[in-house]
Amino acid sequence: MTALLVGRRAPSRLRVVAWRFFQSTQGRIGFAVLVLLFLLAFAGPALSPWSYTDKDFTAFLSPPSAEHWFGTLQTGADVYAVTLRGMRKSLIVGLLAALVSTALAAVVGAFAGYFSGWTDRTLTWGADLLLVLPAFLILAVMSPLFGAGQWVLFVIMLALFLWMVTSKIVRGMTISLKQREFIQAARFMGVSPVRIIFRHIIPNLSSLLIVDATLNVSAAILTETSLSYFGFGIQPPDVSFGTLIADGSRTALYAPWTFWFVAGLLVVTVLAVNLIGDALRDAFDPASRRPR
Amino acid sequence: MAGFLARRLLNYLVLVAVAASLAYMLAASALDPRSNYADRTPKPPPAVVDAQLTALNLNDHTPLLQRYATWAGGVVQGDFGRTVTGSPVNEDLKRRMGVTFRLVMIGLIFGSLLGVLVGAAAAVKQYGWFDRLSTGVSFLVLAMPVVVLANMLILLGTLANERLFGHRLFLVSGEYSDGLDTGFWGTVSDRLRHLILPTISLSLGLAAVFSRYQRNTMLDVLGADFVRTAMAKGLSRSQALIHHALRTALIPVATYFAFTFGALLTGATFTEKIFGWHGLGEQLINSIFTNDVNTVAAIAVIAAIAVLCASLAADLLHAALDPRVRAG
Repeated sequence: MTALLVGRRAPSRLRVVAWRFFQSTQGRIGFAVLVLLFLLAFAGPALSPWSYTDKDFTAFLSPPSAEHWFGTLQTGADVYAVTLRGMRKSLIVGLLAALVSTALAAVVGAFAGYFSGWTDRTLTWGADLLLVLPAFLILAVMSPLFGAGQWVLFVIMLALFLWMVTSKIVRGMTISLKQREFIQAARFMGVSPVRIIFRHIIPNLSSLLIVDATLNVSAAILTETSLSYFGFGIQPPDVSFGTLIADGSRTALYAPWTFWFVAGLLVVTVLAVNLIGDALRDAFDPASRRPR
Repeated sequence: MAGFLARRLLNYLVLVAVAASLAYMLAASALDPRSNYADRTPKPPPAVVDAQLTALNLNDHTPLLQRYATWAGGVVQGDFGRTVTGSPVNEDLKRRMGVTFRLVMIGLIFGSLLGVLVGAAAAVKQYGWFDRLSTGVSFLVLAMPVVVLANMLILLGTLANERLFGHRLFLVSGEYSDGLDTGFWGTVSDRLRHLILPTISLSLGLAAVFSRYQRNTMLDVLGADFVRTAMAKGLSRSQALIHHALRTALIPVATYFAFTFGALLTGATFTEKIFGWHGLGEQLINSIFTNDVNTVAAIAVIAAIAVLCASLAADLLHAALDPRVRAG
């Protein structure tokens, strides 16, 4: 099938990368697991009669049963329903924060690299400053602002502390791209610098940015979990992996189901994202060789 | 080199100053020490609260810039002010720095040693069973946030205490037991039993990162000409690997080691808080809950200085180990 397509016309880069991605076991497993998790997070709640706000006053802290698949919490809430709700929130927060931070890294890095001099110095200095500020402290201090319903602000703040290292890599690559003939040609034809950055430089760094965005998803989910664990992230009545793990760890000793289902799902989610990121990096890298 | 170093240092000083000021402003405007007095019974009169807050330089009726000036004046003289309860921040943090330093040092040494050994062994037999196993395990560990890992360790430790040992072998709270009187060896064993689980929680993640890092640099070095030359000269494979390949591959890892140390001073926050060690990280979380502006700002300053010292140390270490950096 692939040979046929290749024979007809030159394979597009997208197709080559996708083919190489799905050739690797890691990529296949990661992708399948992540699709399953998304299905579970968005379609899963429909399977259970309990919603995440329901409280079963006949079953407090009861073990998994036919009635409650993952058991219940101390409040009588159904663990299956709240876990999926929390997973949905964590996935959305992770994806959005990763997208925002990678976009920020691309734009800041490309501008700093393309315009040397003062622009470069200012932007690099700003990135250094954010690297020096302890992210956890700033986010935690700002947590009163992330009250109910304000999670979008939380996502933006989370993204603000994830982009610096990538932007430094982007800056370095932009400096070398700037010397290439096609950029020079565009410049001499009078294309505006902003247009060159968005039309020529950033697309040429797409492979790095895609891999970075994927790995940022897991970084964002992990940070969100840690912050929410201490009550500095997603605020009640919203739930996320972090708040659920915090609640579960208190009762885990005598009610293991309140902790292990959430913790397990979190680990599987991050693992799947990391596997995809790793497989993507190999797929984009023409020099990489995998066994078999 | 000296000029370069001086410029670097100056740049770092400015960065620390700006970062500290930003952290103070943010903490002073977002945290509300006045609310600490709200739930006291009987309710203190507003004038008393005002006087107390002013004495601590925490009064939100004073303009932010004026409070900042008072605070910055103290910091320049090495005084971080007072906590919400009125005790000096300096003394409290000095004691806590020792605790954090002990925990981080032991965790970092264990984690990096384990990581370097595992990574090097994995690279020597690339795609062998050990390589696959260690890759799998490190992927799993990297997918676990510290809060989950630490809680899992506490659960497993308690379970092992009950089922396996029949007595409390692993102690999961604090640095040592209070009022213990069992002589020198008793104290040592008590400290060790407190230390095992937090050290694992801190070093497992580090070991995973270090092993990935070491494996990659080792793989780069293994194919290099100088390793082949060393073997052609008559060195055995293991001699060539240890004396030539491992040494060269250690350079980036040593740099990373220095850098991690700075980041860990606050990075141990979660481990400290969950295992009840009274270190800097624990105080950071507590001080946010108690609206303790001066302590939060002081910890931010310490963290910023630690990160910058570490990155400076990493640069110097790199230059000392790698002659190419010095030449260029």
